[in-house]
Amino acid sequence: MGAQLRVYKRRIRSVTATKKITKAMEMIAASRVVKAQRKVAASTPYAKELTRAVTAVGTGSNTKHPLTTQADTVVRSAVLLLTSDRGLAGAFNSNAIKAAEQLTGRLEREGKEVEIYVVGRRGLAHYNFRERKVADSWSGFTDEPTYADAKKVAAPLIEAIEKDTADGGVDEIHIVFTEFVSMMTQTALDDRLLPLSLEDVAKEAAPKGEILPLFDFEPSAEDVLDALLPRYVESRVYNALLQSAASKHAATRRAMKSATDNAGELIETLSRLANAARQAEITQEISEIVGGASALADATAGSDR
Amino acid sequence: MAAELHVALVAADREVWSGEATLVVARTTSGDIGVMPGHQPLLGVLESGPVTIRTSDGGTVVAAVHGGFISFADDKLSLLAEVAELSDEIDVQRAERELERAKTEGDATAERRADVRLRAAAR
Repeated sequence: MGAQLRVYKRRIRSVTATKKITKAMEMIAASRVVKAQRKVAASTPYAKELTRAVTAVGTGSNTKHPLTTQADTVVRSAVLLLTSDRGLAGAFNSNAIKAAEQLTGRLEREGKEVEIYVVGRRGLAHYNFRERKVADSWSGFTDEPTYADAKKVAAPLIEAIEKDTADGGVDEIHIVFTEFVSMMTQTALDDRLLPLSLEDVAKEAAPKGEILPLFDFEPSAEDVLDALLPRYVESRVYNALLQSAASKHAATRRAMKSATDNAGELIETLSRLANAARQAEITQEISEIVGGASALADATAGSDR
Repeated sequence: MAAELHVALVAADREVWSGEATLVVARTTSGDIGVMPGHQPLLGVLESGPVTIRTSDGGTVVAAVHGGFISFADDKLSLLAEVAELSDEIDVQRAERELERAKTEGDATAERRADVRLRAAAR
């Protein structure tokens, strides 16, 4: 076999192996998207009921709570950024990071200090590489987040907002995550988690202008709100984590699908080149044989005379 | 007045149980509370404890609920809990082991959680 042909064959083999791997990753991601979507759906009833309850307390009583009242001057904001632990997901992580950077820039222009909380190794690596301070970070669960993980993430945020600004607390919390719109569309967006705007929550809970009944609070409206709001934050963080996980798997699936397609194309091109090389080799051999034979024939013809 | 209420027992990551019931007893921070159809709208904080649901076909559903809320309006009752398990889902042996471990380590919350599980399973 000619050297040229051998090189092509070797490249085809290596690309075929890569294609097999990306194909497998594509299928794994596809099955995980479905699972993640199912988890998002399973968490919806809890989130919905909780939102309803928050609205009920918020509108049904005149309770003032640090988690619902806007500070007069916002000194410090916390930004929670959700990324994934692993890459190979196209622009998924860079989009989320870009959205967080834009938000941070906007907040800083408004004269606020920004504290960054990061979920996922990719986001953390981004900030560490630039030697920027990260208030807290978590990783290791971004593929399949559980409610316990969401609690872990939400706890320091709730603690930070309950603390006085003078003691290093924050006045508002923003969350940046990738919303799972559909299999093909995922958008990185930022959302203000706290302080809650009860009007927005109310709109979400009762879009048809449904009037909430006058609740009897047990033990009291303040206590209920005290217990309810951290749970609400946790549930929002949980939902964001789940959506982010679903988006990551969808992005991986898409990235791996195009990698598989590219590998297929590459194999096709390389096979063509290999065929041409083989053909050229054969043609050369034939012309060599023919050339040799006619040279021999000429020589014999000469000696006969 | 409707003779039954619709109950949804919802944990953070799934719907544990839903159906029609005639009476629901749950433990709030200020004591046990029983809700029957036609109760006034209520929103309460739940303690870790067993929840008993008397279904409209005469059966009883017991669940171990760890923290959460009870909300009742328009004959619809929702029990929201971070963790909730039906009595037949509870792994008694594991809960017993957990109780032993919590007792030796002096972990009060874990002990309470295991205790609630066992009591719910025993009913």
